[in-house]
Amino acid sequence: MAIQFMKGNDAIIVGALAAGCRAYYGYPITPASEIAHAAARHFPALGGVFIQAESEVAAINMVYGTAGMGIRTMTASSSPGFSLKQEGLSYCAGAELPLVVVNVDRGGPGLGNIAPEQADYFQVTKGGGHGNYRLITLAPNGAQEMCDLTMKAFDLADKYRNPACIMADGITGQMMEVVEIPEAKPVPYDHSSWAVDGTPATSKNLISSIVLEPEELEAHNLKLDRKYKEIMAKEAIAEEYRTEDADLIVVAYGVVSRIVYSTVDQARAAGMKVGLLRLVTLWPFPSEAIAAHAERDVRFLAVELSTGQMVEDVKLAVEGKAPVHFYGRCGGMVPEGAELMDEYRKLMEGVVNA
Amino acid sequence: MPNNTAVDAPFMEVNPELCKGCQLCLGVCPKSVIAISDKLNSASYHPAYYTGSDCTGCGLCYYACPEPGAIRVVKP
Amino acid sequence: MKVYEKAPSFYEVFERKSGPAKQATHYCPGCGHGNVHKMIAEALADMELTSRTVLISPVGCSVFAYYYFDCGNSQAAHGRAPAVATGVKRANPDSIVISYQGDGDLAAIGTAETIHAANRGENITVFFINNAIYGMTGGQMAPTTMIGQRSTTTPLGRQEHLHGNPVRMCEMLATLPAPTYIERVGLGNSKQIMKTRKAIRKALKIQAEGKGYSFVEILSPCPTGWKMDPEVAREWVSKEMEQVFPLGVYKDESGNVDEGSWDRTFKPFDTDEVNTYLQRMKTSMTEGEDVVLKEDLRCKFAGFGGQGILTLGLFLSQIGMRAGRQVSWFPAYGPEMRGGTANCSVNLSNERIGSPLVDEPNVLVVMNQPSLDAFEKTVPDGGTIIVDTTIVEGKPDAERLNAVLIPASQIADEVGTPKIANVVILGALAAATGAFTPEFCMDTLRSVIKKKNLIDMNMEAFQKGYEFVKNM
Repeated sequence: MAIQFMKGNDAIIVGALAAGCRAYYGYPITPASEIAHAAARHFPALGGVFIQAESEVAAINMVYGTAGMGIRTMTASSSPGFSLKQEGLSYCAGAELPLVVVNVDRGGPGLGNIAPEQADYFQVTKGGGHGNYRLITLAPNGAQEMCDLTMKAFDLADKYRNPACIMADGITGQMMEVVEIPEAKPVPYDHSSWAVDGTPATSKNLISSIVLEPEELEAHNLKLDRKYKEIMAKEAIAEEYRTEDADLIVVAYGVVSRIVYSTVDQARAAGMKVGLLRLVTLWPFPSEAIAAHAERDVRFLAVELSTGQMVEDVKLAVEGKAPVHFYGRCGGMVPEGAELMDEYRKLMEGVVNA
Repeated sequence: MPNNTAVDAPFMEVNPELCKGCQLCLGVCPKSVIAISDKLNSASYHPAYYTGSDCTGCGLCYYACPEPGAIRVVKP
Repeated sequence: MKVYEKAPSFYEVFERKSGPAKQATHYCPGCGHGNVHKMIAEALADMELTSRTVLISPVGCSVFAYYYFDCGNSQAAHGRAPAVATGVKRANPDSIVISYQGDGDLAAIGTAETIHAANRGENITVFFINNAIYGMTGGQMAPTTMIGQRSTTTPLGRQEHLHGNPVRMCEMLATLPAPTYIERVGLGNSKQIMKTRKAIRKALKIQAEGKGYSFVEILSPCPTGWKMDPEVAREWVSKEMEQVFPLGVYKDESGNVDEGSWDRTFKPFDTDEVNTYLQRMKTSMTEGEDVVLKEDLRCKFAGFGGQGILTLGLFLSQIGMRAGRQVSWFPAYGPEMRGGTANCSVNLSNERIGSPLVDEPNVLVVMNQPSLDAFEKTVPDGGTIIVDTTIVEGKPDAERLNAVLIPASQIADEVGTPKIANVVILGALAAATGAFTPEFCMDTLRSVIKKKNLIDMNMEAFQKGYEFVKNM
């Protein structure tokens, strides 16, 4: 079997190459830099493009250039750098360009630190830059998924002509696991009707996000909105572990979902019916999967590496039908299993109010 | 002073609807054969026009004019 | 017969433009943009480049350049045109890519993109319209606004001590080794205009011939922003602007650069090639055998940076992978990697691994005293603690834990170098846990150690560590 022991960050590039990504533009930042290192090794070796850009801003705009040609391209960064890319991502979304951007989330705000966090949730899932748009956002929780979800992100980006984001965290990026190397398959999308690639066939096309007339810009926004509603209806993914009879459903994503997974059997052994609902897509948010449980006598606990961001979407999905609790660590602190067990115990005893 | 009125004489022409009346063509014309109309065009500019003779077809007015389609110069 | 007329590189009708006048530009009377547009369009048509041209429109008055040019068009964010141009050109080196920018776009908000595209020698052409003012937004100061020049944000005129001096881009860019051609021209009079025409054609020719980066700065009138009649504005270009922005060629290597020198290659996606390449990434390890673990290994390895702590974790992980187990390895990353303390968590399991972090290790390796102090208490009762006694002075609680005390660094030094103390420890770990046979471990090491001349030394280190514990 074609396997290799590799870092999550390296696995992203393996997935990107297999998906047919041909150009990588990036700027170094911990803890995402290994993605650029891998891209620098592999893209030129395969006749593709790697450029260490002068800035995060330049990197996302180089992506804009290549994505506008209908060629698969990507960039990757970590929180402060991801903030810098927001302008470009807004333009990409406005111009309906397919591309993949990776955010290996670190501690913020400001320079923060390089330790893992999930406090970019709002920025990633609510648009992030100016205007009405969304990023299709996938949240891998291990090295294999860093590879596989990167491939999926390219497909979703092409399918909907919209930027797709891999929202990882410092741990998922830095950890090594066994990765099965995927098979590259042809890209089944033809973008010649809109792309501008410097050939006569596409010379009548225009890549642009400017729509001067208010009525036309409203129509453009509504078109995007219809697309986003379709994505919300079709593409939300959640994984569930022992939720069917759970009294407490823990909602988590990324590395936190791994930690929670470790505690579920333990909690059950201690007499607490705990289940895990893990988000694979952060946007579209798997509201239906959560809402499906809210009808019965259950409570939810959102655990995340932030002071409470994803929990807001859990509450919206639950619509007040069940208590939604929150437990978060931030600044690079990561909850230990025992700590979560204590939290479950408190909730099951009704000590903490919703 | 020669008077080029033959059919094969060079000439310039102005599309009065595309002219914005900036008069740059007047300033560069070595023969001063371009003038400004008293009439307004539909964009409310006084367009330039060829006075009808002595154009040498040098093309300077064409390059001085910022509008892609306002001036045409023919040098047979 | 010579006819001067609208070049076929322009659309016949400007359908993208809103409003009724679809054959006239949106530019003000006397604006220089139109002149430059005309000369670019003429050059593209004459050189038969139009259909493979991608014009990058900036933000500024020329944001709508895509209304006019009948070629591929891409509209960029403010200042980012050279980055977008780079993304296009690199992914199709046969395209002709034009970055058309004004002064605010190129020399203020996009300074970095400008300088670095030039510095990379991107085989693109940049046309820089310098009119010393922000036109589109209402006549504010530009980076190239002249000392004393009034604007809506310098109502008393630009002053050096308050606003800085006008930025001279040609002079700055000409200091870079990569650019092939840098010239400043103007639109102040017919002579200047005809020189501009020549410079535009030359710049595009350089790109078409693969000779590299070309940059043409064009001093251009903005009658509206300057509050001047068009003819007065033209004169101001040649009389005033030229004093601050001298015209001329600042760099021209086009005669010294071979055709194609700056061409870059780009290969489209080839699944066969990618698959062959990806298959080469797979592990070089020899085929292993499934080894079922008696219990999951939740390991924490800790010591100083440079002791091979992370490598120790990697070796164990690879042994686990070769044994068909689920494996995770997670390093404390960041400054720790570059000196100071280092630690990593390794999980080996028969089942899907939850947290990659190890909070309560059942195997702890400590290779310095601070690690013993920090982590001993996290090991549950009956867990194994392996201590390099060459370095660590303290003793773990042998009542509570399975304490393995081994002078690993000393043993390693005797074998050849203290740097392989981590492999001595690995041998000790194999013996102490009984998870894998020494032969299986050593076979794995043989296939993962990259420097083949070091294999024997590593085998000896492993064996010494293994035997030390077996003979305890």
